[in-house]
Amino acid sequence: MSKIKISNAVKKYGSNTVISGLNLDIRDGELFTLLGPSGCGKTTLLRMIAGFNSIEGGDFYFNERRINDIDPSRRNIGMVFQNYAIFPHMTVRQNVEFGLKNRKIPKSQVTAEAQRFLKLMQIDQYADRLPENLSGGQQQRVALARALAIRPDVLLMDEPLSNLDAKLRLEMRQAIRDIQKEVGITTVYVTHDQEEAMSISDTIAVMKDGVIQHLGTPKDIYQRPRNLFVATFIGRTNVLEGEYRDGKLRLDQGYLLQNGMWDKIGDQPLKVSVRPEEIVIADGETGLRGTVLDSIYLGLNTHYIIRLSGGEKIELIQESTMEELIPAGTAVNLMVKKEKINLFTGDGSRNLLRGEAS
Amino acid sequence: MKNNNKFRLDAWGGITLLMLGFYGLFLLFPLANLTAMAFTSTETGRFSFEHFIRFFSKPYYSSTLSNSFKVSIAATATSLLAGVPLAYFLTVYKIKGKKLLSILIIISSMSAPFVGAYSWILLLGRNGVITKFFGGLLGIQMPDIYGFGGILLVFTTQLYSLIFLYVQGALRKVDNSLMEASANMGRTGFRRFFTVVLPLIMPTVLAAALMVFMCALSDFGTPMLIGEGYRTFPVILYSEFIGEVSKNKGFASAIAIIALAITTVVFLIQKYVGTKKAFSMNSLHPIEEKELKGAAKIIVHAICYLVVGISILPQVYVTYTSFLKTKGVTFVKGYSFDSYVKMVDRLGNSIRNTLIIPVVALACVVFIAVLMAYVTVRRRNLVTNTVDVISMIPYVIPGTVVGIAMLTAFNTRPILLSGTMTIMVIALIIRRLPYTTRSSVAILQQIPISIEEAALSLGSSKIKTFFRITVPMMASGVLAGAILSWVTMISELSTAIILYTGKTQTLTVAVYTQIIRGNYGIAAAMATVLTVLTVASLLIFNRLSNGKEITM
Repeated sequence: MSKIKISNAVKKYGSNTVISGLNLDIRDGELFTLLGPSGCGKTTLLRMIAGFNSIEGGDFYFNERRINDIDPSRRNIGMVFQNYAIFPHMTVRQNVEFGLKNRKIPKSQVTAEAQRFLKLMQIDQYADRLPENLSGGQQQRVALARALAIRPDVLLMDEPLSNLDAKLRLEMRQAIRDIQKEVGITTVYVTHDQEEAMSISDTIAVMKDGVIQHLGTPKDIYQRPRNLFVATFIGRTNVLEGEYRDGKLRLDQGYLLQNGMWDKIGDQPLKVSVRPEEIVIADGETGLRGTVLDSIYLGLNTHYIIRLSGGEKIELIQESTMEELIPAGTAVNLMVKKEKINLFTGDGSRNLLRGEAS
Repeated sequence: MKNNNKFRLDAWGGITLLMLGFYGLFLLFPLANLTAMAFTSTETGRFSFEHFIRFFSKPYYSSTLSNSFKVSIAATATSLLAGVPLAYFLTVYKIKGKKLLSILIIISSMSAPFVGAYSWILLLGRNGVITKFFGGLLGIQMPDIYGFGGILLVFTTQLYSLIFLYVQGALRKVDNSLMEASANMGRTGFRRFFTVVLPLIMPTVLAAALMVFMCALSDFGTPMLIGEGYRTFPVILYSEFIGEVSKNKGFASAIAIIALAITTVVFLIQKYVGTKKAFSMNSLHPIEEKELKGAAKIIVHAICYLVVGISILPQVYVTYTSFLKTKGVTFVKGYSFDSYVKMVDRLGNSIRNTLIIPVVALACVVFIAVLMAYVTVRRRNLVTNTVDVISMIPYVIPGTVVGIAMLTAFNTRPILLSGTMTIMVIALIIRRLPYTTRSSVAILQQIPISIEEAALSLGSSKIKTFFRITVPMMASGVLAGAILSWVTMISELSTAIILYTGKTQTLTVAVYTQIIRGNYGIAAAMATVLTVLTVASLLIFNRLSNGKEITM
């Protein structure tokens, strides 16, 4: 087991710098996720940790051991690939034993260890089959068993669920989390799927353009995103223009809001992130006014698409009720849950509620 | 992937340099040597164009150029006419006996062309069976088989199968939905073939046409046997180099250089046209075979059977004659195994040679090709690119030219190889390597690099990963390709005919020699043995490739 420390990591492809001066601390035993849109550098960073990408600058440590110049085969990492990378010419058991056989371990121990992980991943009944006869989910389990069998210091997973269908993905997500907790191994997980990241991670690093935009727990990232990119990338949100003046937040059509949390915000134009569930339809005359354009009934929740009188289109979500859906064309009055919404600087670079410099 | 795009002198770097050395010594040096000889005056030993001037000023020589072109272009056209429709019919329609037809086509594609030429002479020559039958019984004068027509017939019946195999491979990649979509928009039958199917497979058709053209242009045995007065390029090249009349190596070298220049130009043109029109296709639903009805069914079946029947006829007839009684050099009534008995005396070492030389060459080809594929795919850099480009040169060199270049380069000390088995092995390696390398590269590109990375992350060293993971994954594909190489190696004539000596004579050379000497019975028996070897190899191929069909 180890913690991972990365300081000032630099990655260049030719003259093109992909990552410049990235710092990261990953705690021992946690499931750490690198999350971001494609091309954000998350896989590049993972492969630098694995040793498959060269490191152009900075230091990578497993505990106190600097690994920059250690060959990938000696870093003692377990890696699970997007396409599983199962050896097709070996049986499931031979796949799991492969890493163990590369060490000087007695034969009996190799067999025992392999068997333990085959059991743990519930694939022992397929042990002597060739991988081509296994389903995607089963192959995924083989890949995981193979990676874990060598008792690696660190487990690296590169979009491991992206080739599975939706139902299997949910199932494997839980399986990965359970195994990770049981084995207690430090895990770096790469994905572009924010829901997957939320459900599985202890800590998430949201990346964009080779820079970590926000590092925190799933709850922290969702509720108080550090900037507007994180707010829009994680979950859904409505971004409204607003202005803070004289201790009050002024939204569309003169809707005024006041909150003690906002006292330190100076007068300035703002971007306001209001998630769909942070808006409620209310009686009265004081809120935002809009017209229902469309409604989507999804069972648990009902979504309404609403055009504000200022012209902006927003989405709101409410728990489905027994009453009829509000028909399109109906005028509604909307209130926002002011303690939940987030206020960003006009350029969206900083969350004014986090009390930290950008 | 640590800076794999930069040349480093590690194990793989060393291997790359070794290959560069191999090609330098056995390909570039002989070619340079050949070029130098071509531009050196025989009398003065100085630089001169005299050989080229002599070639182009005497119609005796220069006419071979146009002869070769005429017959090669005609053969390409007729092969396309036979091969493309056949491939289309066998892909699109339900044809009875399709499996058998495919096997026969493959067998006819794998046989040595000159055996076909010889057999056609037996059938349609001056004393041919068919000639006599029509002439004697019906009084019909059969057209003359010797010369242009004969060469064209032999080339077509042999080479259309190459077109067939290529085009069939391409048609398998055409998605059925494209056929359905065009039918949906009201376009079927011939119009659909010409406006939808043909443009899609055009790059493959061009590549196959080039292949046929090159084969026809560089084939030596066929025009030698059946050409008579119609002399082509390789014939003149052979007789100027080996022939008793002229021992002018400089002149022969000049002819070789001209041959090389022509094939290179043709290759470049094809490459230019081919890449401009290439489409990438992957078919989820291959074209479904349709049942034909009525007259169309009969016509299509008749065409398929006729084309395949004619192409396999020489092979069958040669085998048949091997069981005929002979008296002296002529066939007489009755059947016997005499030819086989006599053959044993004449074989000498040739069966052994036919096994050993290709086996050794093949082992080297597979070994080098796998390493080469690895360095060119996984370690792309300037040096590996250079090796890659050099290794493709033999694509365009006619076999006779390879033979001549090798022989002239290694005829003297310090590297005296002429007359040895080594030189024949090396020549085969040089000639077959590009094909096996290409197919190995294609196989390796299908293997995701993450599989190797997985092995590395599990603590396996780079060399161990290569041998335990990469090589086994490539093995079945590479071996299947190797069997096909093997078949072409055992029926190879044009290089062996230059390089062989009494001790290193191969079966193919033996067949050729027996035909030239008029020992038709023995030649037929030997040719049959060659066919048996070929068919046996193809059976092994089928086993290894798990019934996958031969595609080019």
